[in-house]
Amino acid sequence: MGACLFRSISYAAERQLMNSAVADNADLQRMETIAHGIRKRVLSHVLSNNGGYMSQACSAAELLAALYGGVLKLGPVESPIDPPQFMGVPKIGEHTYQTGAQFHGPKGANFDRLIVSPAHYALVVYAALIETGRLREDGLEYFNRDGSTVEMIGAEHSPGFETTTGSLAQALSQAGGIALARKLRGEEGRTWVFMSDGEFQEGQTWEALSAASFHNLSSLRIIVDVNQAQCDGPMETVMAIEPLAERVRSFGWDVSVVDGHSLSEIIAASQSDTAKPHAILCYTDPVRGLPILAERAPTLHYLRFTSTAERAKYEDAYKEMVQ
Amino acid sequence: MSYEIVTRPHQQNFIDWAKDKPEVLVLSADLTNSCEVGKWRDTYPTRFFSMGMAEQNMMGFAAGLAREGFEPWLHTFSVFLYRRPLDQLQMSIAYPALKVRLVGFLPGIMTPGGVTHQAIEDIAILRTIPNMTILEVGDATEAQSVLDVAHAVDGPVYIRMLRGEVSRIFPVDEPFKLNTARILSTGNDLTLITSGIATEEALRAVPLLQGNGLGITHLHISTHKPFDDPKILAALRSAKHGVITMENHSVIGGLGSAVAEVMAENSISAPLSRIGLQDTYAHGASQKFLMSEYGLDAKALVERVERILGKKLGIQESDLAEQRSINVHSSAKVEAL
Repeated sequence: MGACLFRSISYAAERQLMNSAVADNADLQRMETIAHGIRKRVLSHVLSNNGGYMSQACSAAELLAALYGGVLKLGPVESPIDPPQFMGVPKIGEHTYQTGAQFHGPKGANFDRLIVSPAHYALVVYAALIETGRLREDGLEYFNRDGSTVEMIGAEHSPGFETTTGSLAQALSQAGGIALARKLRGEEGRTWVFMSDGEFQEGQTWEALSAASFHNLSSLRIIVDVNQAQCDGPMETVMAIEPLAERVRSFGWDVSVVDGHSLSEIIAASQSDTAKPHAILCYTDPVRGLPILAERAPTLHYLRFTSTAERAKYEDAYKEMVQ
Repeated sequence: MSYEIVTRPHQQNFIDWAKDKPEVLVLSADLTNSCEVGKWRDTYPTRFFSMGMAEQNMMGFAAGLAREGFEPWLHTFSVFLYRRPLDQLQMSIAYPALKVRLVGFLPGIMTPGGVTHQAIEDIAILRTIPNMTILEVGDATEAQSVLDVAHAVDGPVYIRMLRGEVSRIFPVDEPFKLNTARILSTGNDLTLITSGIATEEALRAVPLLQGNGLGITHLHISTHKPFDDPKILAALRSAKHGVITMENHSVIGGLGSAVAEVMAENSISAPLSRIGLQDTYAHGASQKFLMSEYGLDAKALVERVERILGKKLGIQESDLAEQRSINVHSSAKVEAL
């Protein structure tokens, strides 16, 4: 494991060493390729747009590669889907509206669902969808373009999204309702929520954690990119949330703490079948795979080049990544 | 005038109504008996979900259930449905136009619970939210027939609900109809538009005003949004001396404002006078006391008419007292939490 900027003491204490034998090497190699593709694709996009959510790709590449690369049991997508044009907001009585869940394939009782909570990770989610053949190869060319659904902050019409969660910490409650509905219908599939650690500063997250355990939503899963960074900087300087695992566990959840860059640890944790709702806390490094990003610490939330010299350095990093 | 008093109009009615609707669920935030759904919970325990004092999360759970085809009916006090969880109501429920029913009790100044419990600007706030339908019941018949109306709306519905001892003003065979004003009287001098409990209060004064030779068109409004029933426009156009609105709500943003918008957009130049809370918070006291203190009662209506006409009508408080229907002011009506 490389240098982690914001490694926390409790992470080291909590981390359980996972048995890497549960995933075969072909799976791991495929996921590694996806993760590498996510970083490369996002960096390329950031270079051509002079900005973007880069550190989120560095921290969450393995997490999303694992989810889309096989951890989630999603319905198949025949061929990469075209990024749709924005067709208008949902309206009463108009059900022509299609959510970005179509990129997750058809829904089914035995399929998993994935609800993306941190909508500003959209660029990284789109990259993951492209890398896994769900979104058309040129999908990022529509990113943040007027009239496109490939929006900067994803909403429920955006590829990979089915709820509107740009106002953070609302996804878990909605996923709780979805998981409850699926439980009432006796469905086997799990309902996953991809979250960012900053959302644990919002009170609603804790309300939702309480409700999920109170109503025994054992098929509910959260997987969190604990990159310990937020808009204003390191979380411990903005509003500390540690010890996160202990806190979540005390709300009636099973908690796994893993190295968020270890695919085998993520896979092992995801296979746990518990009687309680289950949280996987992926401790990550917000500059993983792009060490020069550390020069911008502690402000990593959004990368915008300040000089041509800086931009050139990132171009060099990209060339290195492509090799 | 007095009306039949219906005790807990929602309680058994909602149980009977929901019997053949397995998709209907109830979510409650620790005010279950206060919202007349304790018996519902005991009747349908697998369709009732206690969400605790956590309204923000309750909105999200409701949204998720609605996305999956269930129809959650949230029961709590009005204030807790839109003030604290407004962002969640907007982003999780209203934006995707989900079929969630928000049943809000103790609207306006009906509770001695004080400012924290008095939803005095709910209509104002919710009117600005796209995709919302806003209903308000004015009697037991509407409290019971509003269920069918809300059920049929293909989007979120907020209901200003009544509980406890409620008058039956409208016949049982004249149920709540969406976006349809009730014409309670006609006349060309004044147009009076009332909603919720203000209607029963206004009905105490109207016969006395008519006894003074005034022709009054009185409309009862039970749908605040949408607000385009042509009967409203026709009634506004017919007013010779003026238009009065009367509501258990702030005069800003509610019924009075909606009427002002219709008048302005249709070049209706009659003077408009809005009875309601005059841009003020209230405090904890009985409904009767607060209606008098803030000028929401029959006396306030008479005074407003006198101001518009520029003359005294000689209606005494004792005359109004005789018109008092028993339920509004009975001691049994004191609202507990």
